[in-house]
Amino acid sequence: MENNTKRYWRGIEELTNSSEFVKHAHREFGDAPIADEKGELIIDGTNTVRRDFLKVLGFGVSAVALAACEAPIKKAIPYLNKPEDVEPTIANWYASTFVDGGEYASVLVKTREGRPIKVEGNKASSVSKGALSARVQASVLSLYDNEKLKGATIGGKAADWNVADKEIIAGLGSIAARGGQIRIVSNTILSPTTKKVIGDFIAKYPTAKLVTYDANSVSGLVHANGGVLPSFDFSKAKTIVSIGADFLGSWISPAEFAGQWAKTRRVNSAEGGNKEMSRHYQFETIMSNTGANADYRSTYKPSQEGLVVAALYNAIASKTGGATISSASVKIDHLDKAAADLVATKGASLVVSGSNDPAVQTVVVAINAMLGAYGATIDAGTPVNYRQGSDAEMTQFINEAKAGQIGAVIFYNANPVYNHPRGAELGEALAKIGLTISTNDRADETGSLCKYNTPDSHYLESWNDAEPKRGHYSFSQPTISTIFKTRQAQSSLLKWSGLDADYATYLENAWTSSLGGKVAWSKVLHDGIYEPGAGAAFNVPQTGLADAVSSISKNYKANSDKMELAIYEKVTMGTGSQANNPFLQECPEPVSKACWGNYATVSLATAKALGVDQEIELDTHEVEVSVNGKSVKLPLLVQPGQANNTVAIAIGYGRTKAGKSANGVGVNAYPLASVINGNIAFSNTGDVQVKATGETAQVARTQTHNTVMARESVVQETVLSAYKKNVEAGRFRPSISTAEGKVEINAENGNKQEISKEGVSLWNGHKYNNHAWGMVIDLNTCTGCAACVVSCNAENNIAVVGRKEVINRREMHWMRIDRYYSSDADVEDAKGLEQASENPEVVFQPMLCQHCNNAPCETVCPVLATTHSTEGLNQMTYNRCIGTRYCANNCPYKVRRFNWFRYYQTDEYDFQFNNDLGRMVINPDVTVRSRGVMEKCSMCVQRIQAGKLEAKKEKRRPIDGEIQVACAQSCPTDAITFGDMNDSNTAISKLLANEKKGRAFGVIEEINVKPSISYLVKIRNKEEKVVKEEAHAEPHHS
Amino acid sequence: MITIKRLKIVAITMILGFFASVVGVKAQDTAEGEQIFKNNCSTCHAVTDEVVVGPGLKGISQRRPIDWIVKWVHNPQAVIASGDKYAVDLYNKYNKAQMTAYPGYSEAQIKSVIAYIDAQAVAPVAVAGAAPVAGAAAPAEGASNGGMMQYILIALLGVMVLVLIALLSIVSSLTKLASVSPESAEAQKIPLLQRIAENGKKLASNSAFKTGAALLITLLIGKATLDSAYGIGMHQGYAPEQPIQFSHKLHAGQYEINCNYCHTGVYKGKGANIPSANICMNCHNAIKRESPEIQKIYRSLEKDEPIQWVRVHNLPDLAYFNHAQHTNVGGLECTNCHGEIAKMEVVQQRSSLTMGWCIDCHRKTEVNAKGNAYYDKLVELHNTEHKGNMKVQDIGGLECSKCHY
Repeated sequence: MENNTKRYWRGIEELTNSSEFVKHAHREFGDAPIADEKGELIIDGTNTVRRDFLKVLGFGVSAVALAACEAPIKKAIPYLNKPEDVEPTIANWYASTFVDGGEYASVLVKTREGRPIKVEGNKASSVSKGALSARVQASVLSLYDNEKLKGATIGGKAADWNVADKEIIAGLGSIAARGGQIRIVSNTILSPTTKKVIGDFIAKYPTAKLVTYDANSVSGLVHANGGVLPSFDFSKAKTIVSIGADFLGSWISPAEFAGQWAKTRRVNSAEGGNKEMSRHYQFETIMSNTGANADYRSTYKPSQEGLVVAALYNAIASKTGGATISSASVKIDHLDKAAADLVATKGASLVVSGSNDPAVQTVVVAINAMLGAYGATIDAGTPVNYRQGSDAEMTQFINEAKAGQIGAVIFYNANPVYNHPRGAELGEALAKIGLTISTNDRADETGSLCKYNTPDSHYLESWNDAEPKRGHYSFSQPTISTIFKTRQAQSSLLKWSGLDADYATYLENAWTSSLGGKVAWSKVLHDGIYEPGAGAAFNVPQTGLADAVSSISKNYKANSDKMELAIYEKVTMGTGSQANNPFLQECPEPVSKACWGNYATVSLATAKALGVDQEIELDTHEVEVSVNGKSVKLPLLVQPGQANNTVAIAIGYGRTKAGKSANGVGVNAYPLASVINGNIAFSNTGDVQVKATGETAQVARTQTHNTVMARESVVQETVLSAYKKNVEAGRFRPSISTAEGKVEINAENGNKQEISKEGVSLWNGHKYNNHAWGMVIDLNTCTGCAACVVSCNAENNIAVVGRKEVINRREMHWMRIDRYYSSDADVEDAKGLEQASENPEVVFQPMLCQHCNNAPCETVCPVLATTHSTEGLNQMTYNRCIGTRYCANNCPYKVRRFNWFRYYQTDEYDFQFNNDLGRMVINPDVTVRSRGVMEKCSMCVQRIQAGKLEAKKEKRRPIDGEIQVACAQSCPTDAITFGDMNDSNTAISKLLANEKKGRAFGVIEEINVKPSISYLVKIRNKEEKVVKEEAHAEPHHS
Repeated sequence: MITIKRLKIVAITMILGFFASVVGVKAQDTAEGEQIFKNNCSTCHAVTDEVVVGPGLKGISQRRPIDWIVKWVHNPQAVIASGDKYAVDLYNKYNKAQMTAYPGYSEAQIKSVIAYIDAQAVAPVAVAGAAPVAGAAAPAEGASNGGMMQYILIALLGVMVLVLIALLSIVSSLTKLASVSPESAEAQKIPLLQRIAENGKKLASNSAFKTGAALLITLLIGKATLDSAYGIGMHQGYAPEQPIQFSHKLHAGQYEINCNYCHTGVYKGKGANIPSANICMNCHNAIKRESPEIQKIYRSLEKDEPIQWVRVHNLPDLAYFNHAQHTNVGGLECTNCHGEIAKMEVVQQRSSLTMGWCIDCHRKTEVNAKGNAYYDKLVELHNTEHKGNMKVQDIGGLECSKCHY
C-alpha cells in the first residue's frame, strides 16, 4: 500500500515480500484440509476422512428429513415465583464495580433472566468515566468459568464449609495462642470495608499482619511520592513525556488515562474548531501500545533507563537555569526537543516513568516539580489507590516463610507462586507453614499448594465497595446469586474472627451509618458510586535527589552492548489473573497482533545478528532465552521499533493451574525479573542469552492474514502543522481520467450512472427514508486498545476458535484493529522504502464491516443471503447462507468470517460455548451461528431494533445516543461515533458536517463502494518534514 | 354452590334495590374503564349479576353512591374498619375475605370503570370485535397456501385427462383391430373372463399405457413428497396435552380475563411469557382449591419444581419475533395470530408460523402509524411518493435483518 508520502506495511514479511508470504497472502482462510497417509482428505479439526464425512452427511440429511415429520416436544418452563423486577426477555441493568487487585472500573451490568451477559462502563463515575479495558469487558465470561472451585476444599478434596471453618478457626486459635505469626497476603485492596474486616481479624489474632504486593508493582513510584500514588491528569497536559510507561496500554489505569489523553488529541476541521493537540514523546525499550501512539518515539535499553531520566532532568534544568545533576550522558533521539517542549508548556507538562526504581522515580518527581506539574497535571492531594503493594514487605514475607517463621498464611485472592519473581521459592516454603489457606477462585498455582481452599465469589456475585481515589467510592452488588458454593472472602474472615456476620450486612451497616440511612445506601448502590471528594493539600516531596542520583550512576550504564531483557505487560492479558478467559486469550495484542501465548520479541537488526530473522510467515524460529541461569523456550517475533540488543517477553502467560484455556499457553516471565533498590524491575540486565534452538515454532497472529492488495488510501495521516494550514492535508482524493478530463470518483452525490462533474458510479444507489446508520472512527484518538474487540465478542456471541485455528487464519472476530507500520524513509528513496524501519510509525485502524452502499458482497451472493436494508445496513442472513464464500472473496475490506466448524458444543473448541455454564454468557438476542455460514459485523442490529422499538413504544423518534453499538459504547477514548446520518441533529451528522471537507475519508475510496463508515485522518503533532514539493502522486488505475 | 360459599373475597356492593343518589358517570371514558376493568377487576368480578369471586357489578352505580365506591376501591379495609354497615355485611357475606386495594386509581378512573359497567348492562353483547380480524386473516392465509395447491391439482387433472385420452384411443384401436381380424368371430367364442385377461395382458405390454401409468404414479408420489416437504417443521393445528388442563375457554372466554393479566410481557417484551405459578395463585389461593388440576400447582409450589408446560408456538431460533412490536406498536389483537383462544379448551397453533405467513401479513398490513411520532416523517414521505396507505413492507418490513440476526 502506498500513499503520497509513505509506504505502509503490516509485517516484515509483507515488506520484504518473502516467497512464503506471497504463497499465503491471497489465501484468506488458510490451507485446504490436509490429506492423511492414505491420501484421503481430512476434514480439519474433526479427524474425519472426507468420504466418511460425506457418507454420514448423506445419512444425516435423510435422517433429518424423516425425523422432521415428528415435532420435537419443547418445554416452556416459567418461573415458579417470578421475581418482581425480572421480566423475561427484558434486560435489567445494575451498577456495580469491577475490581481485580488494583484494576478498577465502575460498570453497568446487563442481565437477562437473572444472568449477567454484558458489562459496560458507568459514565456516572468521575474516576473511570465509563471507560473499560478489554479485560473488564471480558470479565463477564470469567464468571462462567467452569474450572473455578465449586466449594471449599481441604487438602484438595471437596469439603463442607462448616468443617473447613471449624478446622481453620481451631488452627488459627492454636497458632495465635502460641504466638505464631499469621499473614494475610493480598494484592492491592481497594475496598475500605474489606480493610476494616481485616482489621477485625487482626484484632482477634494480634500476630496477624497484612502483606500487600502487586504483580505489576509500582512501589517505586509510590515511594518517591511520599507513600501515595498521585492522580495523573493527561487531559490537562500540552506536553506528555513518558519514559517507559505504557500508560495507554497497561500502566496503572490505562483506560482512564486513554480517555484523558484522547481529550488532548481531538481536533475539529470546522472553521474555528480546535486545531491544537498535545505533543506526546515516548522513550521506551519495547514497542508499546503507548509508543505506537506517540508523536515522537525513541528507544533506550533497560540499562540506560535511569540515565535517560537524569539526562531529561539536566536538559530541563539547563533550560530553566536550575542546577544540573551529575550523571553519565546518554544519546537519545528527541530528548532535547522533549525537554524544550516541556519547558515551553510549563504548568501543562507531564512526565511519567514506568520504572519501579525509587531512585528513578525520585528524579521524575523532581522533574515534574520543576515543570510545575504538581497541582496542574498531577494531583497528589487526591491520590489514587490502584497500587498499594510494597515489594519490600513481600520480600520480607518470603524470607520469613523460607526461614519457617510463619505459622499461618491466608492468600486473599493472590497468586504469588505464579506472579511473583520469587514465586518458586515461596511455593517450596509453603510446606513449612502449618496452616495455609487460599481464597482464590480456583486451585491455582498458589491455591493448589494450600491445605484449605475457601473460594471467594466472583465480583458479579459479590457485595463490596471500593475507594479507587481518595473520596471517590464505588459499590458492587451481586447481579447473580453464587453459581458455585463459594463464599465471599470477607465473610470467611469475619467468620474466622469469631464475628458471625455476613459481609453483605456488615457492609450495609457500615454504609448506612456513614451515609445516614437506608435510602441513601440504596441510592449509592443504584448509582454505583458515591463521590464526596476530599482533596488534601500536598507538599511535593523533594528529598533524596542526591541519593537517587548516586544510585542511578551506580545501577545504570550509558552504553552496553550486552543483550538485555525487558519484561512487559500485554495490553490484553495483563498480569494473567484472567488467563483462563478465552475472550482475552484470543484478543490480539495491539502492536504485535499476536494472541494465544507470549513470544520473545527482538528488533530486526538483533534478529539478523542472532541469525534468526523472521522470513517465514507461519512458522518462526524457536529461541531459548536464558537469564542468569533460568531459561525459557519460546517463539521469536521480530518487532520493529524495539531497542537493539534487547529481548522482550510478556507476563501473564505460562499458567499451569488456571484452566484449560490458559495452562501451557506461553511461558511464565515473572521469574526472569530482577530487583533494583529492593523493588522488582521488569527488566534484567544480567547475563541474558538468546539462542535459536533450531526448532520452528508458531505464533498465532492475525495482522498478516489478508493483504491490502496493493490498494491505496487505506490509512491516511498527516502532521499537525500541515493540518493547520489545510484541513484536508493527508487526504487522498481519488480521481479517474475520462474523455472529459479528470473526474473525482467520490464527490458528493456520486451515485449517478453517467460521468458527471459530481462523480462516477455504475450504481443506482439507495434511498434511505427512515434511518441511515453510520459510524465515524477517529484514527487520531483510537489507541488500538482492543476494548471494542472484546466488547463486540461478548455482545455478538462470537466464537473463540483457539490457537490452532487462528494460525489457520480462521479467527471469527467481527471487529479487528489493523496495525500498520510506516517507513520513515524519504518518498523518493525507493531503496529506503524497501527497508523495514528501525523505528516505524504506527497507525491503528479498527476494521469492521463498512456497510457499503454499493456493497460488492451483495452482488455476488447466489442466494441473496446478504442484502441491503432501507436503513443502510448490509444484512447477513445466516439461515439463507449456503457458504459459497463468494462474498468474502469480493469483500475489499476482508471483514467477513466463515464458520468452518461448529464452534459450539464441539469438543475441539472447548471454550465457553462447549459447556452449559459458559453458554450462560450468550446474548439471547443474537443467533449462535452454525457451521458453513458466513458472518460479519451487523452493526449491532439487535441493539438498533431494540432501540427503535423502545422509541416506537413511546411514540417518538429515537434520541441520539440512545442506540449505541457495542464497539462505540465501549471505546475508552470515544473514538467511535455511531448514529443516524439521516438526522441532522445527531452527533455523527454534526461531526460529518465538520469533517466532510476535512479529515473524513472512506477506506479505499477509489473503488467507490461508498462505505457507511468514515474514518478521520490521523494527525501526529510533529514538525513538518522538509517536503520536496508536494508531489501529488498519480493514483494508478488500470 | 359449595365453592361459592367457600369464596373468601369480599365484593364492593351487594344490596339489591337500593337506590342511591344518581352518580354522574355518563360522560366517562368507557374505553379507559374497559382497559382498567379487564386488567384489574375482571379476575374477580363480572359486569353481569354473576358472582365470580366477588359479586357481579351490574347496577353498581345504582346500588352505591360514587363516593363510597371510590373510598372502597382505594381502601376496602378502612371502610370495613369504619363500621360502615353495608361494608361489614358485605365482608361477612363473602367469608371475610378482603378485596385488593387500588389506591393508585383516581376518582375519574374509577368512574370510567363504572361507566363501562353501566354501558355493558345496556349493551351486553358486542364483544367479539376481534372476530372479523381473525376471520379476515384465515381466508387470506388459505389463499396463500391454496394457490400452490390449486396449480398442482389443475396440472394433475390435465395429466389424467391426457392419460384417459390415451387409454381410450388404445381401446378403440384394439377394438378396431379385433373387428377386422379374421379371428374375430373366433374370439367371440372365447369366454369373457379369458378375453379380459388376454386384453389385460395386451394392455400391460402396451408401451404407451406403461408410460402413462408410470407418469401417473410418479406424479402422485411427487405430489405426496411435495406436500410432506412443505409440511416439515410446520405444526399448524398442534395442540399438545399440557401437564395441567388449563382452559383458556374458561379463563379468557367465560371470565374474560385480559391476556395481559397472565401473559405479562405481551405489551412490554419480546416474549408474552407463560405465567409463573404465583400469578395463578393470585386467584387460586381462594378459588377451586380442591380441584385436582389446581392441586398440581400447589404440589409444584411445595416441591419447588416449576411447571413444565409444553410449548405450542415454536419459532426457530434464527427468527426473532417481538410481541411488543406487534401488540403494543402495531396494535394487533392477540387473536390475529393465535386464533380465537377464548374458545379453545386446549390451546392450538392456529397459524402456520411459516416465513411465508409472516411475509404475507407484512405485505398486506398497514402500519399503525396514527398518533405515533416515530412514523410521522415516514408517512409523509410515503404519501408524496406512493398512492395508498403505508404497509409494513413499504418501510422495510420484508428485510432480512428485521427478523434474522
